Amino acid sequence: MSVWWAIAATCVACYAFKFAGLSAPRRILDHPGVQRFATLVPVALLAALIAVQTFADGQALHLDWPRTAGLGAAVVALLLRAPFLVVLAAAAAVTAALRYVLG
Amino acid sequence: MEATTRSSAIRDGLGVGIAVGLSGVAFGAAATTAGLSVAQACALSLFAFTGASQFALVGVVAGGGSLIAGTAGAALLGARNGLYGLRMAGTLDLRGWRRLPTAHGVIDETTAVAMAQPDEESARTGFMVTFVSLYLIWNATTLAGSLGTSWLADPAVLGLDVVGPATFLAILWPRLSGKDPEARGLRPIAAGGAAVALAATPFTPPGVPVLLSALVVLALLLRRPR
Repeated sequence: MSVWWAIAATCVACYAFKFAGLSAPRRILDHPGVQRFATLVPVALLAALIAVQTFADGQALHLDWPRTAGLGAAVVALLLRAPFLVVLAAAAAVTAALRYVLG
Repeated sequence: MEATTRSSAIRDGLGVGIAVGLSGVAFGAAATTAGLSVAQACALSLFAFTGASQFALVGVVAGGGSLIAGTAGAALLGARNGLYGLRMAGTLDLRGWRRLPTAHGVIDETTAVAMAQPDEESARTGFMVTFVSLYLIWNATTLAGSLGTSWLADPAVLGLDVVGPATFLAILWPRLSGKDPEARGLRPIAAGGAAVALAATPFTPPGVPVLLSALVVLALLLRRPR
């Protein structure tokens, strides 16, 4: 399977999910189980993505101090109610600065 | 609709669209570093247009993993946009061909901005402003990031690798930080999802741990129906 095929399949699948959700019969949403699923699953997925993209390197778990500190900076910025771009900039700046200092 | 809620929706949409859009530099750089061509990086941003899936596929390519597993992981990550679509269908209220282009914009950021608005009219405004600004900037910066990888040889030096998790955290934060019962109920779900994904990381191929966290939520729902 070439990389182009993987890209094409990913693009088709991602668009298909978006379109299917938007086009599904409205009564599906009336089911309380679907409502709870649609509320809870993104929360679990996003939290899992944060954890994996911060602490996983392939299949290995490791603590990247600059990256962890950058995420900490994002938490501080969010606690201070900073705008979105400031949150991202604070995270990247702290990570970059620590990498520079730690060599 | 009051002018203030409309301009507030436009401001929210532009803020998220510009901020997240600029992080396309990190995706373009990561894609080219992983071995994708500039055209391949741009194709993903143009036609997949959902950051987590794009980063997931690129991560598997970089690690030399199975492309079939990588594609499956990216597609299943994209499945959450279907859930967002279910929630947004009533607000957007589109019929016929208009659904085709609008569906492409149903992602984390547009849904989050829309759901933060006080009424449906400003929710629609917030959705469209976020979609258009994010789409244009995300694609432009993907091109810039992947072209510029010669001088951005190691994206890690600029701390761009933290932009992905910081983005997800900023999306999740408003839903977890409140003092209301719903936020209190969601916090253990988030903690559980993160714990499951980390616990599964050493034992499953990249992409699978995140999916397992969704399965755990499903199991909890089946055990405690309300």
